[in-house]
Amino acid sequence: MSDVPQENLPQPAAEQAPKPAAPAAAAPAPAPPKPVAVPWECALVEGLKSVYGPGILEAATYLDQNYLVVDRSVCHEVLSALRQQHRYTMITDLTAVHYPKDPLPFEIVWILYSIPNQARIRVKARFAEGEEVPTATDQWVGTNWMEREVFDMFGVRFAGHPDLRRILLPDEWTGYPLRKDYDVQLQDSIWVKKNLGIESGQ
Amino acid sequence: MSDDSFYESLEEIAPGHTFLGSNELVLNMGPQHPSTHGVLRVILKLDGEKVNGIECVIGYLHRGIEKLAENRTWIQFGPFVDRLDYTAAVSNSMGYCLAVEKLLGVEIPKRAQYLRVILTELCRLASHQIWLGTHVLDIGAVTPLFYAFRDREDILNVFEKYCGARLTTHAFRIGGCRWDAYEGFAKEILHICDDLGPKIDEYKDLITGNRIWLQRTKNVGYISPEDCLAYGLTGPLLRGSGVNWDLRKAQPYSSYEDFDFDIPLGTAGDTFDRYIIRIEEMRQSIRIIRQAVEGLPEGPIITKVPKVIKPPAGEAYVSIEAPKGELGYFVVSDGTAKPYRVRVRPPSFINLQALEKMAKGSLVADVVAIIGTLDIVLGEVDR
Repeated sequence: MSDVPQENLPQPAAEQAPKPAAPAAAAPAPAPPKPVAVPWECALVEGLKSVYGPGILEAATYLDQNYLVVDRSVCHEVLSALRQQHRYTMITDLTAVHYPKDPLPFEIVWILYSIPNQARIRVKARFAEGEEVPTATDQWVGTNWMEREVFDMFGVRFAGHPDLRRILLPDEWTGYPLRKDYDVQLQDSIWVKKNLGIESGQ
Repeated sequence: MSDDSFYESLEEIAPGHTFLGSNELVLNMGPQHPSTHGVLRVILKLDGEKVNGIECVIGYLHRGIEKLAENRTWIQFGPFVDRLDYTAAVSNSMGYCLAVEKLLGVEIPKRAQYLRVILTELCRLASHQIWLGTHVLDIGAVTPLFYAFRDREDILNVFEKYCGARLTTHAFRIGGCRWDAYEGFAKEILHICDDLGPKIDEYKDLITGNRIWLQRTKNVGYISPEDCLAYGLTGPLLRGSGVNWDLRKAQPYSSYEDFDFDIPLGTAGDTFDRYIIRIEEMRQSIRIIRQAVEGLPEGPIITKVPKVIKPPAGEAYVSIEAPKGELGYFVVSDGTAKPYRVRVRPPSFINLQALEKMAKGSLVADVVAIIGTLDIVLGEVDR
């Protein structure tokens, strides 16, 4: 079988199609300076500080974004004042962040926007475990679902909310998934078994 | 069935709505209903045809995207956001990349910014085409659906050629774009722009003057500008009520300040005005795309970012004007490679809340029109 035509022998794999040119990268820029929060000074902050004094814990600008850290005892008054006196009439978002090691583990964040001022502001306040947050639904009806979502995901209750129920998870679910101590694979296996008839939802 | 068990089962299907008047009945709409655009369940309390109460039940598509983010690295989370609003995946990607870039403090190259604008505006066109087709179909006109989906195909083909995927594209990377424009990119997109203008006229000819359409949409689903702000409504819903606010103008990002375009505004705040606005927005998108393609600068498409992204500890809120409204990302970094918290501010979730306000007191058929005009995607409502 020595005269098998060479053509029949397995040929080396055809030359691979040329790889697409690697995206041209910009010349390595010097590492950007680490951003720092600088104090935010303006008439609005001065006005709020004169009324609430030590209730305004911090007013700063980080990455060109303004935020206020307020004490939880005055957070509702500050929000009302922002809406009624400073024309922050649009509610953009309300959410929470969980810091389990902090004595006040739940940071509630309100993001407001003012169309006449063309400005956005974040108001933040820390709350203890089990403590109720005053609802903002009397100022913006739209916070209704946002507060329900925070309750659903973090278990933070809102005092005065008209209809505080779970919104995304089933009503009978136990546990609050966006807390840091809730594992990503964890689920309410009793609920899953009872309602879906399976051992696991994975 | 005894009386007691009847009332118990009523409590189960419609919690909080069991105190019915003698003329009232409860109608359960969804979650498997063609006009709810996914798995939205609406419980209606009806008096004849009139809607006296309305409640949305959501969460059927909840996947815990925000929780997943905390267990992935900043880069790994990139493809997940495409699964939020899957009809406008490119916009989601844009918002997320901008948010992380803000935390990192990097400026991306001009060419990448223009490429992003081109693709997100194409995505707005595709999203509005889905909205148009399905909204009109809900109201009873079948033909425009086929026209809209036919034309959307051209846009999806561009996405496919650009990045290989049509729907969940993962088009952008933190720091810029992964791919440069392919050969014939500009020509193909300009061709789509030339083509789409007359096609939008065609949609309008089919729909706008139709008497049934006018009766089903004029003065239906009214919402006042004050209510829009209190509900946090954004996008075409806000502009339909006459509030001139578009993030592309109010807080320009990704070089939107370079382009010349108008913000269409409504006056009546009803379903018809919002329809006109979205149609007009499609024309404006074509204008933006044309300018961006013609002015596409040369240069790099991605800036230098580290292989492992560790934004300095801090937080930022960045939002963009997605087809459905303001899409925001509130990102918190603790200085490690994994996000500490990613909050998605979904336009659909917040807009859907206004359904009760808009539909209460209307007729049951109007609920279908109002769900259509809200332009929700349940992937984004439930996350």
